[in-house]
Amino acid sequence: MMRAMASRPLRRLLRAAPLLLLGACSLIGIDGPMTSLEPQGPFSEQINDLFWPVFWTAVVVFVLVEGAIVAASFLFRDRPGRKEPKQVHGNTKLEVIWTAIPVIILASIAVPTVRGIFDLTECGSGAMPVEIYGHQWWFEYRYPENGAITGNVLVIPAGREVCATMTSEDVIHNYWVPALNGKRYLVPGHTTYLRLQADEPGEYWGQCGEFCGLSHSLMRARVVALPEAEFQSWLAKQLEPAAEPDEGSEAAAGLALFQQKGCIQCHTARPWNTVANQNFNGPDLTHLMERDVIAGAAFDNTPEDLKNWLANPPLEKPGSYMPNLGLTEQEIDSIIAWLETLK
Amino acid sequence: MTDLAHPPEMAHGHEEHESTGIDNRKLGMWIFLSSEFLFFGAMISNYILFSGREYAQGPIPAEVYDIPFTSVSSFVLLMSSLTMVLAHNAMSRNDQNATRTWLLATAMLGSVFLAGQVFEFTTFVVHDGMTLSTNPAASAFYMLTGFHGTHVAIGVLMLLFLRGISRRPGGLSDERHLNVELVGLYWHFVDIIWIVIFTVVYLLSASGVQ
Amino acid sequence: MSIASERPTTIFRRPAAETGFWSWVTTVDHKRIGIMYGYTAFAFFLIGGTEAILIRLHLFKANSTLLTAAEYNSLFTTHALTMIFLVVMPMAAAFVNYLLPLLIGARDVAFPRMNALSYWIFLFGGIFLYSVIFFADVTPPTGVQGVPGNIDPSEQTTFGALPDGGWFMYQPNAGGDFTPGKALDFAALGIQILGLASLIASVNFIVTIFNLRAKGMKLLRMPVFVWMSLIVAFLLLFSLPIIAIALFMVTLDRQFGTMFFDVPAGGDVVLWQHLFWLFGHPEVYVLILPAMGIVSELIPVFSRKPLFGYAAIVFAGAGIAFLGFGVWAHHMFASAITPVAQAAFALSTMAIAVPTGVKIFNWLGTMWLGKIKFATPMLFAIGFVTMFIIGGLSGVTHAVVPSDWQQTDTYYIVGHFHYVLFGGAIFGLFGGLYYWFPKLTGRMMSERLGKAHFWIWMVGFNLTFAPMHWLGLQGMVRRTWQYAPETGLQPWNQAATVGSLIIVVGVLVFMYNWMVSKRRGKPAGMDPWDARTLEWSIPNPTPVHNFSRPPEVHALDAFWHMKYGEDEEGRPVRRPEADVLVAELDHIGTNPPEPVHLPNPSYFPIVAAAGLPTIAYGIVFHVSALGKGLILLGILITLTGLIGWATEPLEETHEAAVHV
Repeated sequence: MMRAMASRPLRRLLRAAPLLLLGACSLIGIDGPMTSLEPQGPFSEQINDLFWPVFWTAVVVFVLVEGAIVAASFLFRDRPGRKEPKQVHGNTKLEVIWTAIPVIILASIAVPTVRGIFDLTECGSGAMPVEIYGHQWWFEYRYPENGAITGNVLVIPAGREVCATMTSEDVIHNYWVPALNGKRYLVPGHTTYLRLQADEPGEYWGQCGEFCGLSHSLMRARVVALPEAEFQSWLAKQLEPAAEPDEGSEAAAGLALFQQKGCIQCHTARPWNTVANQNFNGPDLTHLMERDVIAGAAFDNTPEDLKNWLANPPLEKPGSYMPNLGLTEQEIDSIIAWLETLK
Repeated sequence: MTDLAHPPEMAHGHEEHESTGIDNRKLGMWIFLSSEFLFFGAMISNYILFSGREYAQGPIPAEVYDIPFTSVSSFVLLMSSLTMVLAHNAMSRNDQNATRTWLLATAMLGSVFLAGQVFEFTTFVVHDGMTLSTNPAASAFYMLTGFHGTHVAIGVLMLLFLRGISRRPGGLSDERHLNVELVGLYWHFVDIIWIVIFTVVYLLSASGVQ
Repeated sequence: MSIASERPTTIFRRPAAETGFWSWVTTVDHKRIGIMYGYTAFAFFLIGGTEAILIRLHLFKANSTLLTAAEYNSLFTTHALTMIFLVVMPMAAAFVNYLLPLLIGARDVAFPRMNALSYWIFLFGGIFLYSVIFFADVTPPTGVQGVPGNIDPSEQTTFGALPDGGWFMYQPNAGGDFTPGKALDFAALGIQILGLASLIASVNFIVTIFNLRAKGMKLLRMPVFVWMSLIVAFLLLFSLPIIAIALFMVTLDRQFGTMFFDVPAGGDVVLWQHLFWLFGHPEVYVLILPAMGIVSELIPVFSRKPLFGYAAIVFAGAGIAFLGFGVWAHHMFASAITPVAQAAFALSTMAIAVPTGVKIFNWLGTMWLGKIKFATPMLFAIGFVTMFIIGGLSGVTHAVVPSDWQQTDTYYIVGHFHYVLFGGAIFGLFGGLYYWFPKLTGRMMSERLGKAHFWIWMVGFNLTFAPMHWLGLQGMVRRTWQYAPETGLQPWNQAATVGSLIIVVGVLVFMYNWMVSKRRGKPAGMDPWDARTLEWSIPNPTPVHNFSRPPEVHALDAFWHMKYGEDEEGRPVRRPEADVLVAELDHIGTNPPEPVHLPNPSYFPIVAAAGLPTIAYGIVFHVSALGKGLILLGILITLTGLIGWATEPLEETHEAAVHV
């Protein structure tokens, strides 16, 4: 009835399966744009430098302990002729040792952990301030240096630290751009801080980490790092209004629809609508075409995606505060024609 | 909570057993009350947290307390602990009549306290305009004192129940005389909690306002 | 009665209705209550498992639309609520109920009727929670200025109407503004009811352990499972009041207009996180410690050695419980807490790894130099240890706060806690089911099918949850309805989905094995595993009165020492009289020499319990006259139950009238 199992090698393989899988993943190297394992800035780098030693320590412990279990299962299995075991109740020396070893390992992990907490929390002097506001379901960015406001895509200077001051207008969100730093909640009624820095110009993916309602999964983010000079001109340009569409063009019709259909209740688009509601708003559209994503970075800023989005926002993004306005195909085309002028 | 009113079905005390020597039901009551301490502890912490903040909308509880009035009702509740002790003493003397009297007195004093609380709440809502929704400090105050009041009310019901069955055959018989002690434990607990509430929630936060 | 009555005149009489529906409704027998707990928990296991499978099928593809967002959010919320409150906790309660009196040599728990009350409250709480499906619909959130969001008609589905705020119900998202509708009221009140059941059970178990142990069973002679039950009961005793308050605050906010979590009015949403996790982390140990207790019983039996470092394991369990109240904020490292708090909770979290490690090393020490028999229960116990190590080690990486900032709220966490709660708790509990099945039925489960079940689960489990670590590191956040195809997450999600289907196969094998073995399994005899503890010193299935004679205990592993002595080398030698002794115990067990007084069945526990969901329905619909009526009716029902309870005649001779 209690015969030892024959398939012992199989068992050993299975025990090691999780480790093998992790190893295989790293070897294949199929890191996607959301990976936390390829840091692109000093803060995620510091986390990475902390994670891997801990990981390998864990691997060593894993191999030793699981190995001991496998060895015990093999060596001390019940087989014919095996004597009854001595009834050992314990061994104080051993028990002290195997209490002490984890203590030492953990203490050696604790020191860099505590240092890392303080390093990564306090913004450096000279960091560029940015304000991040969470909305269901998109991130709004404000630049206190010149008052620029944008959404969905955070533009930062490459090689310079950005100190984000964050809060939420509605529920708890969680700002996460894995390549640049770990996560931090955006909590209504509280202020949190996050240091961000990208070493190289480029585009980095992000995502809201905290469950925040129906479209949590579609609350995404992009960070674009520009060379310093380009960034400065980008920042200055944000204050400029968009160009008036040509009289009688399709874009002009689109603008008229924007003003008639109630879009202006939530969306700023200068010079036509400057007073966006501070508490309930959609992204500022003045320079929409500079961004390559829309609607909480959930969709691409392409005519097709824009069309789908305008046709039925709650279908694309469940729970969306942007209602289905029942626009006709013609109306949608006109609005898109106007949106495309918002450079 | 409701696990109070059961008869001594587990006649305990078989000396051949490893045991604390405390009757099962009494031990159970102590353990239950230890949990209740955290129940009230959490609400008192809530109140302390919220009462120290400023709100757009007032008043906060500390601004509306009528300390002299609450002192009197607190005194009434304290006296009820005394009558509860007297009931318990009478029970251990097996003086059924005195037990009945003191149980009833305790229930009466508890009811007076409850009436005082109803009056207090009414004044706060009607006269001072402090409702559940005024601010979180008010919410925390009503939640804490409301749950305490509910505990007192349950206590009063149990006292009246004991008084009610005391005339039935075997009502407060030897087997059931422990019930008086159990209700007494509960009653003293509710009373002690009130002393903490009165000190921390009323006196300290009122003195903070002045 | 726990034990022979003081009155010598009492005759041995079984409860009047011994079989049939009413006998189960009125039973106060801890074994029957344990069995009811077990079957109910297993039914919910199938429901929660189905929810999990739907989630996994949905995530098979990037940008999947198999489920709507509302359905997806509802399913992950109810999956968690079900597995935590309606599966692992009651399954553990089933073991404690059935085994605790047997392990300490008692005839029942201290308060048999309260025990029945706990079960009925639990059952009604679970039914109440799921009844939400008849009452709720999908409602869009209301924005900060009262402007509602919009919902496409495709979201309006039945499953989408289940509670959808996450089992952690973070405020204000799970508050009345952002999750209107009834679903979360059912969840909050349902957990409240289930909590009350656990609280009553905890008081009962603590008193039972303190007062009803057999003669000579000093605290440090109690089986480890009893110790773990005691520790869990204390954990619940001190953590349930916290969640009760927190849930009352939610209910008051959602239903009665208090402002606790209303940010514009000055409420504080971080307070909810503190209160929730102050309960939530001890709750993790509530889920895992019973399985640790079971494993600590199984490994010595199948290694044929006493537990290595018994006292260390006991104190490690107590240490875990104590520290468990001081680590809650490690669930909040990314939240609005100060760096000083982060550092403090990082250290306490690392500290809790030490007693956990002690347990693992001691289990290993027990196996070392043993004579290990790989019966199905032992396979599950070893599976528990090996899988729990992985969950424990990945847990340590969360204590490294900066590292946690990357991993928190991702599938890395999902992988981690499934290694603890499935690889740990569920494996341990199933090991216990295989081990104690003969105790329930007098028959053995099929070893062949049992081993098949184990290996299917090992493959399926690791295939499902190991890739989740990688998914998390690759940026897949938790509770995400869709992931973008560009993220490269799809292949690993597909592996996980395939794994989850393999797990289903294992469950089916188990169910088949259970049903067939129950009727046609090999008769077990009295001591099929050559076991060490008192429950095997009585016949299988357990006689209704448990012990014919109150046992006497002279050492840990009391039953073992009745059977075995030791030679000069310290190796066990079966006593020559052992077989006779076992046969005698078997005979006496079924034929008690003296009359045994048993606790009487009662209607009142189920009546008292029935009032609670009635009150809860009333609270949900309290704005209407019907709701107010239901609250009153519920109070009345519960009061009736309790008054009937308190005035129920004590003597068995008066009992005849109660039975039909």
